[in-house]
Amino acid sequence: MITVGIDVGSITTKAVLLNGTTWQSLLLPTGCSPRDAGKSVFEQILDRASLSPADVDCVVGTGYGRISLPFIDKAITEITCHARGALHLVNGTDMVIDIGGQDSKVIMIDEQGRVINFAMNDKCAAGTGRFLQVMAAVLGADVSDLADLARGAEPVQISSMCTVFAESEVVSLLAQGVSKERIISGIHRSVAGRVASMAGRLGRGRRITFTGGVARNGGVREFLARELGQEVTVAPEPQMAGAIGAALLARDRCKH
Amino acid sequence: MRPSMMKIFDNLRDQNILDLEHAKRDNKKVVGMYCAYSPQELALAAGAIPVSLCGTKNEPVAAAEKVLPRNLCPLIKSSFGFAITDTCPYFRFSDFLVADTTCDGKKKMFEILSSIKPMHVLHLPQGTDRPGALGWWLEEIRVLKDKLEENLGATIDEDGLRAAIKLTNRERQVMRKLHEMNRLDPAPLSGVDLLTATWLRSFSVDKAEGIELVEQLIEEIQEIAEKGLSPFRPGTPRILLTGCPVGSGSEKVLKLVEECGGSVVCLENCSGIKTQVYLIDEDESKDPLEAIAERYLQIPCSCMSPNPGRLELISKLIDEYRVDGVVDLTWQACHTYNVEAELVRQLIKDKFGLPYIQLETDYSTSDVEQLKTRVAAFIEMMDRS
Ligand code: SF4
Ligand code: SF4
Repeated sequence: MITVGIDVGSITTKAVLLNGTTWQSLLLPTGCSPRDAGKSVFEQILDRASLSPADVDCVVGTGYGRISLPFIDKAITEITCHARGALHLVNGTDMVIDIGGQDSKVIMIDEQGRVINFAMNDKCAAGTGRFLQVMAAVLGADVSDLADLARGAEPVQISSMCTVFAESEVVSLLAQGVSKERIISGIHRSVAGRVASMAGRLGRGRRITFTGGVARNGGVREFLARELGQEVTVAPEPQMAGAIGAALLARDRCKH
Repeated sequence: MRPSMMKIFDNLRDQNILDLEHAKRDNKKVVGMYCAYSPQELALAAGAIPVSLCGTKNEPVAAAEKVLPRNLCPLIKSSFGFAITDTCPYFRFSDFLVADTTCDGKKKMFEILSSIKPMHVLHLPQGTDRPGALGWWLEEIRVLKDKLEENLGATIDEDGLRAAIKLTNRERQVMRKLHEMNRLDPAPLSGVDLLTATWLRSFSVDKAEGIELVEQLIEEIQEIAEKGLSPFRPGTPRILLTGCPVGSGSEKVLKLVEECGGSVVCLENCSGIKTQVYLIDEDESKDPLEAIAERYLQIPCSCMSPNPGRLELISKLIDEYRVDGVVDLTWQACHTYNVEAELVRQLIKDKFGLPYIQLETDYSTSDVEQLKTRVAAFIEMMDRS
C-alpha cells in the first residue's frame, strides 16, 4: 500500500511517501502560495519514486494550508498528525511539544498515538519559530546558527512576550552593550518558557518528544528540559512528524 | 435534513421588528432587558412587551470602544455600542430599560447607559447560599415593580402576574421540549438551528404566537426523526456548548464546531437551556412576586459565588444528551466565566473523563483560522468514523 502525507506549514511544506514500511521525505519552502507548494511537493516526491498519482492509495493533507489542496482525500489537523507522527518517530512518547513557524502546541497522547488533550498558542507569535526568525534578523544572524552562537552563554532576561516589544527590547540590550550570545540565549529561554508553561497546564509527560522546525535548535531544547525538569527527546527529522503522521493516518483510512 | 419551518424562523427577526413597530403605534410599551435575571413577567403584567437587548453583533463594538475600554467583553461593548449609535430597533423602541448588577463590566457600563434612557438596575445578591439572599432579591423585585408602574403608567396586579407566569412557563416548557428533541442520536436539529429557534423568544411581540410556532416546529422535527432523518450522519460527535451567552451574530464558535464535523446537541448557556429548566411555582396560595424571585435566583450564572448549580446542570445534561465532548466558550475579558472554566474543566475531566476545550474569543473574525484548527483537532479526538 502506498500513501502520502502532505504538511503545508507557514514556512516549509513537507511530503512523506509511505510504501509498505519504508518512507521517503521531501521539504520545500512554502513561499506565498500554500496551494502551489503542496502541489509541487506532491509531484516531486512521486517523481523521485517514479510513481504517478494513480499509484497512491490515499493522500492526507495537514498543516495550516491543508484546506487549499485539491488533490487530497482528507484533511486532518496538524495536532492529530503530529501526535501520530511523533509516536512513530520516538517509541513511548506520551507528550509531544511541537514548535513550528507560526504556532506551538503541546499534545498529550495515548499508546496508539491518539490525542487525549492539547494546548495551542493563540494568535500571537510568542513562543514560535517566527519569534526566533524576527530576533535573528535583528541580530543579523541566520536562524539556523542561533544555537551555535549562544552555546553556553548566560541568558539575559527578555521580559516581553510580544514579538514587537521583544524586538525593541533586544535593540536596547544591544545598545547597552549586552553580548549577542547572552541575548540569543535569553531568546531561547523565552521561547522555551512560554511553551513550558503551556505544557505545565496539561500535566506531566513521561516521555516528551520535541518536533517541528524549532526542535533543531539545541538551545531551545535545553531550556525546555530545564524548565520542565525532564528529559526532552528531539525526534529524528523533527520537521517531518506532521507529514509522517498524515501518511500513517492515510494508511489507517485505507485499511477500513 | 433541515425542517422547512426553519425558514420562517430565519425571517422572524425582521418580522418581529415590524410587529413591534405596529404595537408601538397602538401605544404599547416596550421594556428592554439586558440579562436573564430580569423577570419578564413584571413587564408582561404591566401590559408591556419585554425584549432582550443583549448585544450579539460585532458591528457596534468599534463605536463602543471610543468610550469603553477595549479590554472588555464583546457582549458589553456590543450592547453599549448599539445603544449609543442608535442602530438597534429594539433599543429604540424601548420605553424603559431593566438591567442587573451581574459582572463588574456590565454594571458599570449601565451607569453610563442610564443617561440615554430611563433605566432601573436590579441589585442581585452575590450568591444564593446566604439566608438573606432570597429576601433581598424579593425586595429588589418589589422595587422593580414600583419602578415599572411609575415609568410605564401601569399597574401590576396579582392576576396579571399569574397570567404572565402561566404564559412564560408555557414558553419555557416548549423551549425545553424543543431542546430535548436533540436527545435523539443523531440529533434531528443542528445547533445553529436550535439557537435560531430559541433566540426568537427574546423578541417575539406576541408570546402565544411564538409558542405556537415552536410547537409546529417540534411537530415537524418529530416527523423527520420518525423517518430516521438527521442533518448528521450516525457517529457524529455530540457536543455540549456551555459558557457565555451566544446569539445571532456571535454564533461563530457554534458554527465552527458543526463545520468541523461536530453536532451541538445542547446549549447550556443563557441563550439555551439554563434559563428554561426552572419553572415558576404556579401555586395560587403563594405570592407571585415571591415565586418569581425564587425561580430567577436559581439561574446558575458565573456571576454568583459560589455557583454549584452550573456544574450540576452540566452533569445532568451530559447524561441526558449523551454528550461526547464539552466546548466551554468564554468571551474575552469575561473574568467570571474564564475563571470558572477551571472548575468546569475539572468536572468534565475527573467526573466524566470526556474531552473538554475552553475557547476564548470575541465577536470578530480575526481568529477564525486558529480557532478552526483547534476545534477540528478537538472533534478529531472523538471521531468514531
Ligand atoms: S450569562 Fe449571566 S450575566 Fe450574562 S445574561 Fe446570562 S445570567 Fe445575565
Ligand atoms: S459574558 Fe461575562 S463579561 Fe460579558 S456580560 Fe456576560 S458575565 Fe459579563
